[in-house]
Amino acid sequence: MRKISIDKLNSLFSAIAENETLYLPVDTKAGAKFEKWHDGAVLSDALNTVRSAKDFFFPQTENLMDFKVDGKNIEIIDTREECEDFVIFGVRACDVKSFEILDRVFLAEPVDSYYKNRREHGVIMSLACTKPHETCFCGTFGIDASSPEGDIVCHMTGDALCMDAKTEKGKALLSRLDSLTEETDGKAVEEQKKVTKERLAKLPLASLSADSFGAGKTEKFFGAPEWKELSQACLGCGTCTFVCPTCQCYDIKDFNTGHGVKRFRCWDSCMYSDFTKMSAGQPRLTQLERFRQRFMHKLVYYPTNNGGLFSCVGCGRCLSKCPIQMNIVKVMKKLGGKEND
Amino acid sequence: MQEINRAALIKRASELLSDGTADRVLGWKAGEFDYDVTPAVFHSVEELEKDFVWGDFCGANFSKYLIKETQKGDGKVIVFLKPCDTYSFNQLLTEHRFDREKVYAIGIPCDGMLDITKIKSMADGVLSVKSEGDEVEIETLYDGVIKEKRENLLPDRCVHCKSKKHVSYDELMGEDGEVLDSGRFDEVEQIEKMTPDERFAFWQGELSRCIRCNACRDVCPACTCEKCVFDNPDSGVENKAAANSFEDSMFHIIRAFHVAGRCTDCGECSRVCPQHIPLHLLNRKFIKDINSFYGEYQAGETIGSRAPTVNYSQDDIEPSEAVERGGDNA
Amino acid sequence: MIDVKEPLIPKIGVVTDIRIDTPDVKTFRVVTPDGKKAFEHKPGQCAMLSVPGVGEAMFSITSSPTNEEYMEFSIKKCGCVTEWLHSMEVGQQITIRGPYGRPFPVDTEFVGKDMLFIAGGIGLAPLRSVINYCRHYRDRYGKIDIVYGSRSMQDLVDYKEIIDEWANDAGVTVHLTIDREQPEWTGHVGFVPNYVKELGFSPDKIAILCGPPIMIKFTLAGLTELGFEKTQVYTTLELRMKCGIGKCGRCNVGAKYVCKDGPVFRLDELDELPDEY
Repeated sequence: MRKISIDKLNSLFSAIAENETLYLPVDTKAGAKFEKWHDGAVLSDALNTVRSAKDFFFPQTENLMDFKVDGKNIEIIDTREECEDFVIFGVRACDVKSFEILDRVFLAEPVDSYYKNRREHGVIMSLACTKPHETCFCGTFGIDASSPEGDIVCHMTGDALCMDAKTEKGKALLSRLDSLTEETDGKAVEEQKKVTKERLAKLPLASLSADSFGAGKTEKFFGAPEWKELSQACLGCGTCTFVCPTCQCYDIKDFNTGHGVKRFRCWDSCMYSDFTKMSAGQPRLTQLERFRQRFMHKLVYYPTNNGGLFSCVGCGRCLSKCPIQMNIVKVMKKLGGKEND
Repeated sequence: MQEINRAALIKRASELLSDGTADRVLGWKAGEFDYDVTPAVFHSVEELEKDFVWGDFCGANFSKYLIKETQKGDGKVIVFLKPCDTYSFNQLLTEHRFDREKVYAIGIPCDGMLDITKIKSMADGVLSVKSEGDEVEIETLYDGVIKEKRENLLPDRCVHCKSKKHVSYDELMGEDGEVLDSGRFDEVEQIEKMTPDERFAFWQGELSRCIRCNACRDVCPACTCEKCVFDNPDSGVENKAAANSFEDSMFHIIRAFHVAGRCTDCGECSRVCPQHIPLHLLNRKFIKDINSFYGEYQAGETIGSRAPTVNYSQDDIEPSEAVERGGDNA
Repeated sequence: MIDVKEPLIPKIGVVTDIRIDTPDVKTFRVVTPDGKKAFEHKPGQCAMLSVPGVGEAMFSITSSPTNEEYMEFSIKKCGCVTEWLHSMEVGQQITIRGPYGRPFPVDTEFVGKDMLFIAGGIGLAPLRSVINYCRHYRDRYGKIDIVYGSRSMQDLVDYKEIIDEWANDAGVTVHLTIDREQPEWTGHVGFVPNYVKELGFSPDKIAILCGPPIMIKFTLAGLTELGFEKTQVYTTLELRMKCGIGKCGRCNVGAKYVCKDGPVFRLDELDELPDEY
């Protein structure tokens, strides 16, 4: 494990940015946001960014290909390019876990080459949480905020940043920074973890359980009468899906530029009425069905297809961003039975 | 702190449920924390007593919910309306969006809501938020108990509250207030003073954060089209995401045009924006211009009023007088 | 440029023949620019066709895999993409990618069985591929019955092929019906579900259904009355799709993705899905 004094963070970032594009959370007037590092950019103190880190691998919009149309003829132009190497600093445990959840979708056969390309070129420097918020419930899904996964796992221990490389990519990057950093035994990190764990145990949502959900529970929950009450105030907007680090539904659309056609992909939301609308009909007629789909997918369908892994990481973004304050915690408490009373 | 308390509202709603005036109540339901209340329909006194809340985070404007709610069942629905909500209520009635006969509207006074974003920016981990007179006590996870003046924690829309007066109700609880002159166009004026380039940069900076979640549209009481132009594949502007940075601006500008003259300035758009884009400023610019070009007009002040933008008169201002072509206002 | 295959990037297809089947159904023949089949498929599988600038949509491949020269798609006009396709002329290029989905188990569960095909309207399109496959490998299957109905005589898709080819095959019986009487029609009149019951098939065969939801619903009830088990009945689902590879989330029903785990489902499998299709 290596460490660097907090007052030398700028030189650390500068050294990383020499070779690779570095992104880190910085404060903006609208909250923390991942931005490209520039000299003097200050790491945000915020617990988490307003938008999740999924944009790095699955951006809100991306061009898939171009077409040239000439009379009856079409030319397909493959616009994919090898992504540049980049480093994301300050990814929290919940968001790091979301990458695994996205991987199981995009890297499953047939592999999504756009996603894979970015994923292969990104190095994740995660940052352990020290002050989890009241809206955090990553522990519900087995995530330890005090000790995230990642290529390089970082911990803030008072006056120093400690860094532990976990993967080949991480080791290569960390060894490049050797001249700036010094070896450390990790005692301070263990101390910090202990404090954070105590804090995590005391969070208001620490006892939230997902045990009653999971693989094969479709029949148990699909017809539950509670969906009506839970969904009644839902506006049908896409806020929860767009701030969610694991929501990955997308739309593919064509855009005629006047000089040709761009086929692009953009985030979509199962909360939108046109998500399943066909010329032949609409299988999800009301907001109840759309609302149910989102939570059934996270708590039942995804686990069914992925060995019990839930597709929620407990980051709490939907808790703070939903315009009507409805969220997965309320859904789990309402439907989860005795475990969550 | 709110003048009327939860118990008084539950008592009155319960009376109206019991005497058969109405069969359900549109109100705010308690959440996990003090600040995450959700609009909900209550069908019984028991449900009200269990979960109904009224307090500093009951910002949601229920007017738009009445469109769908009044179509369910024959009985009346009780709705609690803050002064600003009554303007949207009237405007929806003007547009014949719901059956007035199916609603029992109770006006309730409001001292302004609290802005959880402002509160959270002061502390890490908010456990509880309690108002005591002009002071707010915030219990936090890591910073102990913080006390702050209420006026510093109001959302912008309440700082610039246009009216404490209810313009529509079946009955009023508590005291009615007055229409206020709270400088709601101050910010608009500042933006007007910018050079066109500065103004463009300002809006580009703000609107570039848009994630096209549509929350502003979906919450807006003036956005009640059965099929929004942005959801219509034949419109040519239907997009879930902007194909370029220009389109984000187009979405908001088109929306502002669509609600111009009908927007009551309730501020829900800015409240719900997950990216904190000051969308209400676009609407206020229209309101300010309508006021200065056609004379003072407040949408929703009375039922049935016609906005100057849809009411031609021979005295209407000529475009050349309103905008100098190529000038700073263009 | 990235040198790996990307499933979302299509191939060019050329429309070499357009056949008008009914007032709103046309059948398009598609090959690659060098005159070959774009890819191999199995009966029941689908392909994404697109017109750049208009959009992409999923269609079942109507032709049999045994056709080595080209693929065919019978397409009903009912939306932006289909409207554009209907306005095409021969020689037009489109894009094509696939094949997608799980096919009918023609080489396993169907082998040695009597087959009963039941289709309504454009619902014949996905079945035509299976029917022609079974006809091609005639000795692998038992007796074949085909019940096909539509609103009117003019709405019967592939009428000529049905009359001239299918009906003349040994061991193949075709039962056509239309909803309302027409002067020039001498065949059966009535709805498909009733006709199936009237014909009173013995439940010792595989039944494959495709058609409008209402037809499926009543025909299933009829088959159950006749003694068919759920494990003997197959159908194919249609939901909105964008990616075709089980990722975009649109056709997710329960833990299944219709584009990947379907579109072909056996009735007992369908029973395990929530009722959202």
